[in-house]
Amino acid sequence: MVQARELSVPRRRAARTGARRRYAPRWRVLAVFLLPALLLYSVFIVYPLVSALDYSFFEWRGIRQTGFAGLGNYRDLLSVYPYDQQLWRAFGHNALFFGGTMLIQNTVGLLFALLLFRYGRGKRFLQAAFTTPYLVDPLVVGYLWSLLLNPTFGPVNALLDAVGLDSWALPWLGDTRTALPIVILVNAWQWVGFPMLMFSAALAGIPAEYHEAARVDGASAWQAFRRVTLPLLTPAIGVVSVLTFIGNFNAFGLVYAMAGSSGSPAGSTDVLGLLFYRVGFVEGGVEAIGRSSALAVLMFVFIFGVSLLATSYFRRRERRLV
Amino acid sequence: MTSARRAPGRVAVHLLLWGYAVVALLPLVVMLLNSLRPTGEIFTAPLRLPTSPTLHSYLKVWTDASFSTYFLNSLIVTGGAVLIGTAVSALAAYPLARHDFFGSRFLGAYFLAGLMLPIRLGLVPIFYLMDSMGLIDSLLGLTLLYAASGVPFCVFVLSAFYRSLPGELDEAARLDGAGEFRIFGQIMLPLVRPALASVTLFQFVPLWHEFLYPLVLLRSDEKFTIPRGLSQFFGEYTTDWSALFAGLVLATAPLFVLFVLATKQIIAGLTAGMSK
Repeated sequence: MVQARELSVPRRRAARTGARRRYAPRWRVLAVFLLPALLLYSVFIVYPLVSALDYSFFEWRGIRQTGFAGLGNYRDLLSVYPYDQQLWRAFGHNALFFGGTMLIQNTVGLLFALLLFRYGRGKRFLQAAFTTPYLVDPLVVGYLWSLLLNPTFGPVNALLDAVGLDSWALPWLGDTRTALPIVILVNAWQWVGFPMLMFSAALAGIPAEYHEAARVDGASAWQAFRRVTLPLLTPAIGVVSVLTFIGNFNAFGLVYAMAGSSGSPAGSTDVLGLLFYRVGFVEGGVEAIGRSSALAVLMFVFIFGVSLLATSYFRRRERRLV
Repeated sequence: MTSARRAPGRVAVHLLLWGYAVVALLPLVVMLLNSLRPTGEIFTAPLRLPTSPTLHSYLKVWTDASFSTYFLNSLIVTGGAVLIGTAVSALAAYPLARHDFFGSRFLGAYFLAGLMLPIRLGLVPIFYLMDSMGLIDSLLGLTLLYAASGVPFCVFVLSAFYRSLPGELDEAARLDGAGEFRIFGQIMLPLVRPALASVTLFQFVPLWHEFLYPLVLLRSDEKFTIPRGLSQFFGEYTTDWSALFAGLVLATAPLFVLFVLATKQIIAGLTAGMSK
Protein backbone atom coordinates (compact mmCIF):
# COMPACT_ATOMS: atom_id res chain seq x y z
CA MET A 1 0.00 0.00 0.00
CA VAL A 2 2.74 2.42 1.09
CA GLN A 3 4.84 1.40 -1.87
CA ALA A 4 2.00 1.98 -4.28
CA ARG A 5 1.41 5.47 -2.92
CA GLU A 6 5.09 6.43 -3.28
CA LEU A 7 5.17 5.21 -6.85
CA SER A 8 1.96 6.76 -7.96
CA VAL A 9 3.18 10.37 -8.00
CA PRO A 10 5.87 10.11 -10.70
CA ARG A 11 3.74 7.65 -12.59
CA ARG A 12 0.84 10.04 -12.77
CA ARG A 13 3.11 12.83 -13.94
CA ALA A 14 4.58 10.63 -16.66
CA ALA A 15 1.16 9.69 -17.92
CA ARG A 16 0.19 13.33 -17.95
CA THR A 17 3.16 14.55 -20.03
CA GLY A 18 2.62 11.66 -22.40
CA ALA A 19 -0.98 12.66 -22.71
CA ARG A 20 -0.13 16.28 -23.40
CA ARG A 21 2.29 15.41 -26.16
CA ARG A 22 -0.32 13.32 -28.00
CA TYR A 23 -3.17 15.64 -27.12
CA ALA A 24 -4.24 17.05 -30.51
CA PRO A 25 -4.61 14.03 -32.79
CA ARG A 26 -6.22 11.87 -30.19
CA TRP A 27 -9.78 13.14 -30.14
CA ARG A 28 -10.96 10.59 -32.65
CA VAL A 29 -9.15 7.82 -30.80
CA LEU A 30 -10.66 9.01 -27.52
CA ALA A 31 -14.10 8.97 -29.07
CA VAL A 32 -13.71 5.32 -30.07
CA PHE A 33 -12.79 4.46 -26.50
CA LEU A 34 -15.41 6.56 -24.77
CA LEU A 35 -18.44 6.92 -27.00
CA PRO A 36 -19.93 3.39 -26.77
CA ALA A 37 -20.09 3.44 -22.97
CA LEU A 38 -21.11 7.08 -22.90
CA LEU A 39 -23.99 6.55 -25.32
CA LEU A 40 -25.29 3.40 -23.65
CA TYR A 41 -25.12 4.91 -20.16
CA SER A 42 -26.57 8.29 -21.13
CA VAL A 43 -29.47 6.92 -23.18
CA PHE A 44 -30.62 4.09 -20.91
CA ILE A 45 -29.68 5.31 -17.43
CA VAL A 46 -29.15 9.06 -17.18
CA TYR A 47 -31.81 10.21 -19.65
CA PRO A 48 -34.64 8.18 -18.01
CA LEU A 49 -33.72 9.42 -14.53
CA VAL A 50 -33.56 13.04 -15.64
CA SER A 51 -36.83 12.53 -17.52
CA ALA A 52 -38.52 11.16 -14.39
CA LEU A 53 -37.69 14.42 -12.62
CA ASP A 54 -38.92 16.41 -15.62
CA TYR A 55 -42.13 14.35 -16.04
CA SER A 56 -43.02 14.79 -12.38
CA PHE A 57 -43.61 18.54 -12.92
CA PHE A 58 -46.13 18.15 -15.75
CA GLU A 59 -49.78 17.28 -16.10
CA TRP A 60 -50.40 14.16 -18.15
CA ARG A 61 -53.31 12.65 -20.05
CA GLY A 62 -52.05 9.22 -21.03
CA ILE A 63 -48.76 9.84 -22.83
CA ARG A 64 -49.57 13.49 -23.68
CA GLN A 65 -48.30 16.41 -21.62
CA THR A 66 -51.15 18.84 -21.10
CA GLY A 67 -49.42 21.54 -19.13
CA PHE A 68 -47.06 22.48 -16.36
CA ALA A 69 -48.21 21.13 -13.02
CA GLY A 70 -45.59 22.52 -10.68
CA LEU A 71 -45.85 20.43 -7.55
CA GLY A 72 -49.35 19.24 -8.48
CA ASN A 73 -48.39 15.59 -8.92
CA TYR A 74 -46.68 15.60 -5.55
CA ARG A 75 -49.74 17.16 -3.93
CA ASP A 76 -51.97 14.54 -5.58
CA LEU A 77 -49.87 11.72 -4.17
CA LEU A 78 -50.31 13.11 -0.68
CA SER A 79 -53.97 14.13 -0.92
CA VAL A 80 -55.86 12.14 -3.60
CA TYR A 81 -57.55 8.86 -2.67
CA PRO A 82 -56.25 6.11 -2.61
CA TYR A 83 -52.65 7.36 -2.77
CA ASP A 84 -52.98 9.53 0.32
CA GLN A 85 -53.57 6.36 2.35
CA GLN A 86 -51.44 3.90 0.40
CA LEU A 87 -48.34 6.08 0.32
CA TRP A 88 -48.09 6.43 4.10
CA ARG A 89 -49.09 2.83 4.69
CA ALA A 90 -46.39 1.58 2.29
CA PHE A 91 -43.88 3.97 3.84
CA GLY A 92 -44.78 2.69 7.31
CA HIS A 93 -44.33 -0.91 6.16
CA ASN A 94 -40.91 -0.07 4.71
CA ALA A 95 -39.96 1.56 8.01
CA LEU A 96 -41.10 -1.56 9.92
CA PHE A 97 -39.28 -3.72 7.37
CA PHE A 98 -36.08 -1.77 8.02
CA GLY A 99 -36.53 -1.71 11.81
CA GLY A 100 -37.34 -5.41 11.95
CA THR A 101 -34.41 -6.30 9.74
CA MET A 102 -31.98 -4.27 11.85
CA LEU A 103 -33.34 -5.83 15.01
CA ILE A 104 -33.46 -9.44 13.81
CA GLN A 105 -31.21 -10.01 10.81
CA ASN A 106 -28.33 -7.72 11.75
CA THR A 107 -28.36 -8.57 15.46
CA VAL A 108 -28.38 -12.29 14.70
CA GLY A 109 -25.68 -11.71 12.08
CA LEU A 110 -23.52 -10.03 14.73
CA LEU A 111 -24.23 -12.83 17.22
CA PHE A 112 -23.21 -15.47 14.66
CA ALA A 113 -20.06 -13.53 13.80
CA LEU A 114 -19.12 -13.35 17.50
CA LEU A 115 -19.85 -17.03 18.15
CA LEU A 116 -18.00 -18.14 15.02
CA PHE A 117 -15.02 -15.88 15.71
CA ARG A 118 -13.18 -18.43 17.85
CA TYR A 119 -15.10 -21.45 16.61
CA GLY A 120 -13.00 -24.48 15.70
CA ARG A 121 -13.88 -27.24 13.28
CA GLY A 122 -16.84 -26.63 11.03
CA LYS A 123 -16.49 -22.84 10.97
CA ARG A 124 -16.09 -22.65 7.19
CA PHE A 125 -19.03 -24.98 6.66
CA LEU A 126 -21.28 -22.99 8.99
CA GLN A 127 -20.35 -19.71 7.31
CA ALA A 128 -21.08 -21.22 3.90
CA ALA A 129 -24.40 -22.65 5.12
CA PHE A 130 -25.54 -19.31 6.55
CA THR A 131 -24.70 -17.45 3.33
CA THR A 132 -26.14 -19.99 0.88
CA PRO A 133 -29.71 -18.57 0.76
CA TYR A 134 -28.22 -15.29 -0.39
CA LEU A 135 -27.30 -16.93 -3.72
CA VAL A 136 -30.97 -17.60 -4.45
CA ASP A 137 -33.03 -15.07 -6.39
CA PRO A 138 -35.27 -13.07 -3.97
CA LEU A 139 -38.20 -13.90 -6.23
CA VAL A 140 -37.46 -17.63 -5.88
CA VAL A 141 -37.09 -17.19 -2.11
CA GLY A 142 -40.50 -15.52 -1.98
CA TYR A 143 -42.22 -18.23 -4.02
CA LEU A 144 -40.44 -21.02 -2.13
CA TRP A 145 -41.56 -19.70 1.26
CA SER A 146 -45.09 -19.06 0.07
CA LEU A 147 -45.23 -22.81 -0.70
CA LEU A 148 -43.53 -23.81 2.55
CA LEU A 149 -45.90 -21.62 4.59
CA ASN A 150 -49.06 -22.72 2.79
CA PRO A 151 -51.71 -23.41 5.48
CA THR A 152 -53.01 -26.68 3.95
CA PHE A 153 -50.10 -28.36 2.22
CA GLY A 154 -47.06 -26.46 3.54
CA PRO A 155 -44.26 -28.31 5.36
CA VAL A 156 -43.93 -25.61 8.04
CA ASN A 157 -47.38 -26.17 9.49
CA ALA A 158 -47.02 -29.95 8.97
CA LEU A 159 -43.87 -29.76 11.10
CA LEU A 160 -45.65 -27.73 13.79
CA ASP A 161 -48.48 -30.29 13.82
CA ALA A 162 -46.01 -33.15 14.08
CA VAL A 163 -44.36 -31.74 17.21
CA GLY A 164 -47.72 -31.01 18.85
CA LEU A 165 -47.73 -27.26 18.25
CA ASP A 166 -50.80 -27.37 16.00
CA SER A 167 -52.21 -24.27 17.68
CA TRP A 168 -49.19 -22.42 16.23
CA ALA A 169 -50.00 -23.55 12.71
CA LEU A 170 -51.39 -20.25 11.44
CA PRO A 171 -52.25 -19.16 7.89
CA TRP A 172 -49.02 -17.13 8.05
CA LEU A 173 -49.27 -15.20 4.81
CA GLY A 174 -53.06 -14.98 4.85
CA ASP A 175 -53.37 -13.10 8.13
CA THR A 176 -52.90 -9.32 8.14
CA ARG A 177 -51.15 -9.51 11.53
CA THR A 178 -48.52 -12.11 10.63
CA ALA A 179 -47.90 -11.41 6.92
CA LEU A 180 -45.43 -8.51 7.27
CA PRO A 181 -43.44 -10.07 10.14
CA ILE A 182 -43.16 -13.25 8.05
CA VAL A 183 -41.88 -11.28 5.06
CA ILE A 184 -39.29 -9.66 7.36
CA LEU A 185 -38.21 -13.06 8.72
CA VAL A 186 -37.95 -14.62 5.26
CA ASN A 187 -35.90 -11.66 4.07
CA ALA A 188 -33.67 -12.08 7.14
CA TRP A 189 -33.32 -15.80 6.37
CA GLN A 190 -32.00 -14.88 2.94
CA TRP A 191 -29.63 -12.08 3.98
CA VAL A 192 -28.33 -12.93 7.48
CA GLY A 193 -25.05 -14.18 5.97
CA PHE A 194 -24.23 -10.68 4.76
CA PRO A 195 -24.00 -8.91 8.17
CA MET A 196 -22.33 -12.06 9.53
CA LEU A 197 -19.54 -11.82 6.96
CA MET A 198 -19.17 -8.05 7.40
CA PHE A 199 -18.94 -8.34 11.19
CA SER A 200 -16.60 -11.35 10.95
CA ALA A 201 -14.22 -9.32 8.82
CA ALA A 202 -14.43 -6.38 11.25
CA LEU A 203 -13.83 -8.61 14.29
CA ALA A 204 -10.76 -10.12 12.65
CA GLY A 205 -9.38 -6.58 12.34
CA ILE A 206 -9.53 -5.81 16.09
CA PRO A 207 -6.08 -6.32 17.69
CA ALA A 208 -6.06 -9.16 20.25
CA GLU A 209 -4.27 -6.95 22.81
CA TYR A 210 -7.45 -4.91 23.34
CA HIS A 211 -9.32 -7.97 24.57
CA GLU A 212 -6.38 -9.07 26.71
CA ALA A 213 -6.12 -5.59 28.25
CA ALA A 214 -9.84 -5.65 29.07
CA ARG A 215 -9.50 -9.07 30.68
CA VAL A 216 -6.46 -8.02 32.71
CA ASP A 217 -8.46 -5.04 33.98
CA GLY A 218 -11.08 -7.50 35.20
CA ALA A 219 -13.84 -6.75 32.68
CA SER A 220 -16.55 -9.37 32.32
CA ALA A 221 -17.24 -10.85 28.90
CA TRP A 222 -20.27 -8.57 28.50
CA GLN A 223 -18.36 -5.47 29.62
CA ALA A 224 -15.53 -6.27 27.21
CA PHE A 225 -18.04 -6.63 24.38
CA ARG A 226 -19.98 -3.50 25.30
CA ARG A 227 -16.99 -1.23 25.96
CA VAL A 228 -14.31 -2.58 23.61
CA THR A 229 -15.69 -4.70 20.79
CA LEU A 230 -18.93 -2.91 19.97
CA PRO A 231 -17.45 0.62 19.65
CA LEU A 232 -14.72 -0.77 17.39
CA LEU A 233 -17.38 -2.29 15.16
CA THR A 234 -18.87 1.16 14.43
CA PRO A 235 -17.60 1.32 10.81
CA ALA A 236 -19.04 -2.13 10.02
CA ILE A 237 -22.33 -1.27 11.76
CA GLY A 238 -22.51 1.88 9.65
CA VAL A 239 -21.99 0.06 6.35
CA VAL A 240 -24.43 -2.71 7.25
CA SER A 241 -27.10 -0.22 8.40
CA VAL A 242 -26.91 1.96 5.29
CA LEU A 243 -26.95 -1.02 2.90
CA THR A 244 -29.85 -2.59 4.82
CA PHE A 245 -31.74 0.68 4.57
CA ILE A 246 -31.20 0.99 0.82
CA GLY A 247 -32.06 -2.68 0.24
CA ASN A 248 -35.24 -2.61 2.35
CA PHE A 249 -36.60 0.59 0.83
CA ASN A 250 -36.04 -0.83 -2.66
CA ALA A 251 -37.60 -4.23 -1.86
CA PHE A 252 -39.74 -5.59 -4.69
CA GLY A 253 -39.22 -9.18 -5.93
CA LEU A 254 -39.51 -10.94 -2.56
CA VAL A 255 -42.69 -9.11 -1.57
CA TYR A 256 -44.19 -9.48 -5.05
CA ALA A 257 -43.67 -13.25 -4.90
CA MET A 258 -45.12 -13.59 -1.40
CA ALA A 259 -47.94 -11.07 -1.57
CA GLY A 260 -48.58 -10.11 -5.20
CA SER A 261 -48.48 -6.58 -6.60
CA SER A 262 -51.04 -5.26 -4.11
CA GLY A 263 -49.27 -6.49 -0.97
CA SER A 264 -51.97 -8.91 0.14
CA PRO A 265 -53.70 -9.67 2.40
CA ALA A 266 -55.54 -6.34 2.33
CA GLY A 267 -52.39 -4.32 1.66
CA SER A 268 -50.79 -5.45 4.91
CA THR A 269 -47.46 -6.07 3.15
CA ASP A 270 -47.64 -3.21 0.66
CA VAL A 271 -44.28 -1.45 0.27
CA LEU A 272 -43.10 1.55 -1.75
CA GLY A 273 -41.61 -0.63 -4.51
CA LEU A 274 -44.99 -2.29 -5.14
CA LEU A 275 -46.84 1.02 -4.92
CA PHE A 276 -44.46 2.58 -7.45
CA TYR A 277 -45.08 -0.30 -9.86
CA ARG A 278 -48.86 -0.09 -9.39
CA VAL A 279 -49.06 3.68 -9.85
CA GLY A 280 -46.94 3.52 -13.00
CA PHE A 281 -48.25 0.41 -14.70
CA VAL A 282 -51.32 -1.12 -13.08
CA GLU A 283 -53.78 1.38 -11.68
CA GLY A 284 -52.29 4.81 -12.36
CA GLY A 285 -54.91 5.72 -14.99
CA VAL A 286 -54.34 8.65 -17.33
CA GLU A 287 -52.17 10.46 -14.79
CA ALA A 288 -49.84 7.49 -14.30
CA ILE A 289 -46.73 9.12 -15.76
CA GLY A 290 -46.82 12.29 -13.69
CA ARG A 291 -47.72 10.64 -10.41
CA SER A 292 -45.37 7.67 -10.65
CA SER A 293 -42.55 10.02 -11.64
CA ALA A 294 -43.32 12.19 -8.62
CA LEU A 295 -43.26 9.07 -6.43
CA ALA A 296 -39.91 8.05 -7.96
CA VAL A 297 -38.45 11.47 -7.14
CA LEU A 298 -39.79 11.37 -3.56
CA MET A 299 -38.33 7.90 -3.03
CA PHE A 300 -35.01 8.96 -4.49
CA VAL A 301 -34.76 12.09 -2.35
CA PHE A 302 -35.68 10.17 0.81
CA ILE A 303 -33.45 7.12 0.25
CA PHE A 304 -30.49 9.10 -1.03
CA GLY A 305 -30.87 11.79 1.65
CA VAL A 306 -31.11 9.39 4.57
CA SER A 307 -28.18 7.35 3.23
CA LEU A 308 -26.03 10.49 3.05
CA LEU A 309 -27.03 11.64 6.55
CA ALA A 310 -26.43 8.18 8.02
CA THR A 311 -23.06 7.87 6.32
CA SER A 312 -21.89 11.22 7.67
CA TYR A 313 -23.22 10.34 11.14
CA PHE A 314 -21.26 7.10 11.23
CA ARG A 315 -18.15 8.90 9.90
CA ARG A 316 -18.33 11.30 12.85
CA ARG A 317 -18.76 8.40 15.29
CA GLU A 318 -15.73 6.72 13.76
CA ARG A 319 -13.59 9.82 14.07
CA ARG A 320 -14.47 10.07 17.75
CA LEU A 321 -13.03 6.58 18.20
CA VAL A 322 -9.55 7.50 17.10
CA MET B 1 -14.42 -19.19 34.88
CA THR B 2 -14.46 -22.89 35.64
CA SER B 3 -14.78 -25.43 32.89
CA ALA B 4 -17.90 -26.81 34.56
CA ARG B 5 -19.65 -23.46 34.08
CA ARG B 6 -18.44 -23.11 30.51
CA ALA B 7 -19.45 -26.55 29.28
CA PRO B 8 -23.23 -26.01 29.07
CA GLY B 9 -22.59 -22.67 27.39
CA ARG B 10 -20.44 -24.33 24.76
CA VAL B 11 -23.09 -26.94 24.12
CA ALA B 12 -25.66 -24.17 23.67
CA VAL B 13 -23.39 -22.42 21.14
CA HIS B 14 -22.95 -25.62 19.14
CA LEU B 15 -26.67 -26.29 19.23
CA LEU B 16 -27.53 -22.76 18.14
CA LEU B 17 -25.07 -22.66 15.25
CA TRP B 18 -25.71 -26.14 13.87
CA GLY B 19 -29.42 -25.73 14.48
CA TYR B 20 -29.43 -22.56 12.43
CA ALA B 21 -27.41 -24.27 9.70
CA VAL B 22 -30.37 -26.65 9.41
CA VAL B 23 -32.78 -23.70 9.23
CA ALA B 24 -30.66 -22.08 6.52
CA LEU B 25 -30.33 -25.18 4.35
CA LEU B 26 -33.48 -27.23 5.02
CA PRO B 27 -35.85 -25.08 2.90
CA LEU B 28 -33.52 -25.50 -0.07
CA VAL B 29 -33.25 -29.25 0.57
CA VAL B 30 -37.06 -29.48 0.80
CA MET B 31 -37.29 -27.57 -2.50
CA LEU B 32 -34.97 -30.09 -4.17
CA LEU B 33 -36.54 -33.21 -2.62
CA ASN B 34 -40.13 -32.17 -3.31
CA SER B 35 -39.27 -31.46 -6.94
CA LEU B 36 -38.48 -35.18 -7.23
CA ARG B 37 -41.83 -36.32 -5.75
CA PRO B 38 -45.28 -36.37 -7.37
CA THR B 39 -47.71 -33.69 -6.21
CA GLY B 40 -50.06 -36.19 -4.58
CA GLU B 41 -47.28 -37.39 -2.34
CA ILE B 42 -46.29 -33.82 -1.38
CA PHE B 43 -49.87 -33.03 -0.42
CA THR B 44 -50.24 -36.06 1.86
CA ALA B 45 -46.78 -35.76 3.42
CA PRO B 46 -45.06 -32.40 2.87
CA LEU B 47 -41.84 -33.48 4.60
CA ARG B 48 -40.65 -36.88 3.47
CA LEU B 49 -37.80 -38.32 1.45
CA PRO B 50 -38.81 -39.28 -2.09
CA THR B 51 -39.83 -42.96 -2.17
CA SER B 52 -39.25 -43.31 -5.89
CA PRO B 53 -37.51 -40.14 -7.13
CA THR B 54 -38.64 -39.03 -10.57
CA LEU B 55 -37.53 -36.31 -12.95
CA HIS B 56 -41.00 -36.19 -14.45
CA SER B 57 -41.71 -32.66 -13.16
CA TYR B 58 -38.48 -31.32 -14.61
CA LEU B 59 -39.44 -32.71 -18.01
CA LYS B 60 -42.87 -31.12 -17.73
CA VAL B 61 -41.52 -27.73 -16.61
CA TRP B 62 -38.77 -27.75 -19.22
CA THR B 63 -41.06 -28.45 -22.18
CA ASP B 64 -44.73 -27.81 -21.29
CA ALA B 65 -44.09 -24.71 -19.20
CA SER B 66 -41.48 -23.51 -21.74
CA PHE B 67 -38.68 -23.17 -19.20
CA SER B 68 -36.31 -24.11 -22.01
CA THR B 69 -37.33 -20.86 -23.75
CA TYR B 70 -37.03 -18.80 -20.56
CA PHE B 71 -33.64 -20.32 -19.95
CA LEU B 72 -32.36 -19.51 -23.42
CA ASN B 73 -33.75 -15.96 -23.22
CA SER B 74 -32.11 -15.37 -19.83
CA LEU B 75 -28.85 -16.70 -21.21
CA ILE B 76 -29.02 -14.46 -24.31
CA VAL B 77 -30.04 -11.32 -22.42
CA THR B 78 -27.76 -11.71 -19.40
CA GLY B 79 -24.79 -13.08 -21.37
CA GLY B 80 -25.14 -10.45 -24.08
CA ALA B 81 -25.53 -7.63 -21.55
CA VAL B 82 -22.51 -8.70 -19.50
CA LEU B 83 -20.39 -8.97 -22.67
CA ILE B 84 -21.46 -5.58 -24.01
CA GLY B 85 -21.30 -3.87 -20.61
CA THR B 86 -17.85 -5.21 -19.84
CA ALA B 87 -16.52 -4.47 -23.34
CA VAL B 88 -17.65 -0.84 -23.52
CA SER B 89 -16.53 -0.24 -19.93
CA ALA B 90 -13.11 -1.77 -20.52
CA LEU B 91 -12.72 0.64 -23.46
CA ALA B 92 -13.99 3.70 -21.60
CA ALA B 93 -12.12 3.09 -18.36
CA TYR B 94 -8.75 2.99 -20.14
CA PRO B 95 -8.48 6.66 -21.20
CA LEU B 96 -10.33 7.77 -18.04
CA ALA B 97 -7.74 6.07 -15.85
CA ARG B 98 -4.55 6.63 -17.83
CA HIS B 99 -4.92 9.93 -19.67
CA ASP B 100 -5.60 13.52 -18.81
CA PHE B 101 -7.73 15.22 -21.40
CA PHE B 102 -10.21 18.05 -21.37
CA GLY B 103 -13.22 16.85 -19.39
CA SER B 104 -11.67 13.61 -18.17
CA ARG B 105 -12.43 14.39 -14.55
CA PHE B 106 -15.98 15.40 -15.32
CA LEU B 107 -16.54 12.24 -17.34
CA GLY B 108 -15.13 10.09 -14.55
CA ALA B 109 -17.51 11.70 -12.06
CA TYR B 110 -20.40 11.38 -14.53
CA PHE B 111 -19.92 7.61 -14.75
CA LEU B 112 -19.34 7.34 -11.00
CA ALA B 113 -22.65 9.06 -10.26
CA GLY B 114 -24.43 6.03 -11.74
CA LEU B 115 -23.22 3.95 -8.80
CA MET B 116 -25.35 6.01 -6.42
CA LEU B 117 -28.44 6.46 -8.58
CA PRO B 118 -31.39 4.13 -8.02
CA ILE B 119 -31.74 3.42 -11.73
CA ARG B 120 -35.01 1.51 -11.44
CA LEU B 121 -36.76 4.75 -10.52
CA GLY B 122 -36.41 5.74 -14.20
CA LEU B 123 -38.73 2.87 -15.05
CA VAL B 124 -41.60 4.90 -16.51
CA PRO B 125 -39.41 7.01 -18.86
CA ILE B 126 -37.53 3.81 -19.80
CA PHE B 127 -40.80 2.25 -20.82
CA TYR B 128 -41.71 5.16 -23.11
CA LEU B 129 -38.17 5.42 -24.43
CA MET B 130 -38.23 1.72 -25.37
CA ASP B 131 -41.67 2.20 -26.84
CA SER B 132 -40.46 5.03 -29.08
CA MET B 133 -37.57 2.86 -30.30
CA GLY B 134 -39.81 -0.17 -30.90
CA LEU B 135 -37.97 -2.10 -28.18
CA ILE B 136 -40.94 -3.14 -26.05
CA ASP B 137 -41.18 -6.93 -25.80
CA SER B 138 -37.72 -7.17 -27.33
CA LEU B 139 -34.74 -9.12 -26.06
CA LEU B 140 -32.43 -6.58 -27.72
CA GLY B 141 -33.98 -3.73 -25.73
CA LEU B 142 -33.61 -5.61 -22.47
CA THR B 143 -30.02 -6.56 -23.32
CA LEU B 144 -29.04 -2.93 -23.99
CA LEU B 145 -30.75 -1.75 -20.80
CA TYR B 146 -29.04 -4.44 -18.70
CA ALA B 147 -25.68 -3.67 -20.34
CA ALA B 148 -26.07 0.04 -19.56
CA SER B 149 -26.93 -0.65 -15.93
CA GLY B 150 -23.57 -2.40 -15.44
CA VAL B 151 -21.49 0.41 -16.93
CA PRO B 152 -20.95 2.60 -13.81
CA PHE B 153 -19.78 -0.33 -11.69
CA CYS B 154 -17.50 -1.75 -14.40
CA VAL B 155 -15.94 1.61 -15.23
CA PHE B 156 -15.33 2.21 -11.53
CA VAL B 157 -13.62 -1.13 -10.88
CA LEU B 158 -11.69 -1.30 -14.16
CA SER B 159 -10.41 2.28 -13.81
CA ALA B 160 -8.94 1.36 -10.45
CA PHE B 161 -7.19 -1.62 -12.03
CA TYR B 162 -5.83 0.33 -15.02
CA ARG B 163 -4.56 2.99 -12.63
CA SER B 164 -2.61 0.43 -10.61
CA LEU B 165 -0.55 -0.68 -13.64
CA PRO B 166 2.94 0.88 -13.91
CA GLY B 167 3.19 3.90 -16.24
CA GLU B 168 6.39 2.62 -17.88
CA LEU B 169 4.37 -0.06 -19.65
CA ASP B 170 2.51 2.15 -22.09
CA GLU B 171 5.34 4.72 -22.27
CA ALA B 172 7.76 2.09 -23.54
CA ALA B 173 5.19 0.81 -26.00
CA ARG B 174 4.49 4.34 -27.20
CA LEU B 175 8.24 4.97 -27.75
CA ASP B 176 8.31 1.79 -29.81
CA GLY B 177 5.63 3.33 -31.98
CA ALA B 178 2.59 1.40 -30.77
CA GLY B 179 -0.76 3.18 -31.21
CA GLU B 180 -3.35 3.53 -28.46
CA PHE B 181 -5.38 0.62 -29.74
CA ARG B 182 -2.39 -1.72 -29.71
CA ILE B 183 -1.39 -0.59 -26.24
CA PHE B 184 -4.93 -1.18 -25.08
CA GLY B 185 -5.44 -4.53 -26.77
CA GLN B 186 -2.04 -6.12 -26.28
CA ILE B 187 -0.79 -4.65 -23.01
CA MET B 188 -3.59 -3.23 -20.89
CA LEU B 189 -6.41 -5.66 -21.53
CA PRO B 190 -4.42 -8.85 -20.76
CA LEU B 191 -3.19 -7.29 -17.52
CA VAL B 192 -6.66 -6.45 -16.21
CA ARG B 193 -8.05 -9.90 -17.02
CA PRO B 194 -8.64 -10.87 -13.36
CA ALA B 195 -10.68 -7.69 -12.94
CA LEU B 196 -12.65 -8.49 -16.10
CA ALA B 197 -13.51 -11.89 -14.62
CA SER B 198 -14.80 -10.44 -11.37
CA VAL B 199 -16.84 -7.59 -12.93
CA THR B 200 -18.40 -10.19 -15.24
CA LEU B 201 -19.52 -12.28 -12.29
CA PHE B 202 -20.72 -9.28 -10.27
CA GLN B 203 -22.86 -8.09 -13.20
CA PHE B 204 -24.17 -11.55 -13.97
CA VAL B 205 -25.84 -12.33 -10.64
CA PRO B 206 -28.16 -9.29 -10.26
CA LEU B 207 -29.01 -9.30 -13.98
CA TRP B 208 -29.92 -12.99 -13.91
CA HIS B 209 -32.29 -12.13 -11.02
CA GLU B 210 -33.71 -8.90 -12.47
CA PHE B 211 -37.48 -8.98 -12.36
CA LEU B 212 -38.99 -5.48 -12.47
CA TYR B 213 -37.71 -4.54 -15.96
CA PRO B 214 -38.89 -7.74 -17.68
CA LEU B 215 -42.18 -7.50 -15.78
CA VAL B 216 -42.82 -4.13 -17.38
CA LEU B 217 -41.00 -4.43 -20.72
CA LEU B 218 -41.78 -7.98 -21.88
CA ARG B 219 -45.22 -9.01 -23.11
CA SER B 220 -45.15 -12.39 -24.79
CA ASP B 221 -44.35 -15.73 -23.27
CA GLU B 222 -41.67 -16.60 -25.85
CA LYS B 223 -39.63 -13.53 -24.81
CA PHE B 224 -39.73 -14.10 -21.04
CA THR B 225 -36.57 -14.42 -18.97
CA ILE B 226 -36.51 -16.90 -16.08
CA PRO B 227 -37.77 -14.57 -13.29
CA ARG B 228 -40.53 -13.20 -15.53
CA GLY B 229 -41.41 -16.69 -16.71
CA LEU B 230 -41.42 -17.95 -13.13
CA SER B 231 -44.02 -15.37 -12.06
CA GLN B 232 -46.20 -16.40 -15.02
CA PHE B 233 -45.69 -20.07 -14.24
CA PHE B 234 -46.69 -19.65 -10.57
CA GLY B 235 -49.98 -18.20 -11.73
CA GLU B 236 -50.68 -21.10 -14.08
CA TYR B 237 -49.47 -24.18 -12.21
CA THR B 238 -50.83 -23.23 -8.76
CA THR B 239 -51.89 -26.76 -7.85
CA ASP B 240 -49.02 -28.72 -9.40
CA TRP B 241 -46.60 -28.36 -6.51
CA SER B 242 -44.09 -30.85 -7.81
CA ALA B 243 -43.74 -28.73 -10.96
CA LEU B 244 -43.55 -25.52 -8.90
CA PHE B 245 -40.65 -26.89 -6.85
CA ALA B 246 -38.94 -28.13 -10.02
CA GLY B 247 -39.32 -24.67 -11.56
CA LEU B 248 -37.72 -23.08 -8.49
CA VAL B 249 -34.81 -25.53 -8.65
CA LEU B 250 -34.31 -24.84 -12.36
CA ALA B 251 -34.30 -21.08 -11.68
CA THR B 252 -31.71 -21.48 -8.92
CA ALA B 253 -29.37 -24.16 -10.28
CA PRO B 254 -27.44 -22.07 -12.87
CA LEU B 255 -26.21 -19.60 -10.27
CA PHE B 256 -25.06 -22.37 -7.93
CA VAL B 257 -23.12 -23.94 -10.79
CA LEU B 258 -21.70 -20.58 -11.86
CA PHE B 259 -20.73 -19.73 -8.31
CA VAL B 260 -18.89 -23.01 -7.77
CA LEU B 261 -17.06 -22.67 -11.10
CA ALA B 262 -16.42 -18.95 -10.87
CA THR B 263 -14.97 -18.79 -7.36
CA LYS B 264 -12.19 -21.12 -8.52
CA GLN B 265 -11.75 -19.12 -11.73
CA ILE B 266 -11.60 -15.81 -9.90
CA ILE B 267 -9.14 -17.03 -7.29
CA ALA B 268 -7.00 -18.49 -10.08
CA GLY B 269 -7.18 -15.21 -12.00
CA LEU B 270 -6.24 -13.15 -8.96
CA THR B 271 -3.27 -15.30 -8.00
CA ALA B 272 -2.06 -15.37 -11.63
CA GLY B 273 -2.23 -11.58 -11.67
CA MET B 274 -0.32 -11.35 -8.41
CA SER B 275 2.59 -13.57 -9.40
CA LYS B 276 3.50 -11.32 -12.34
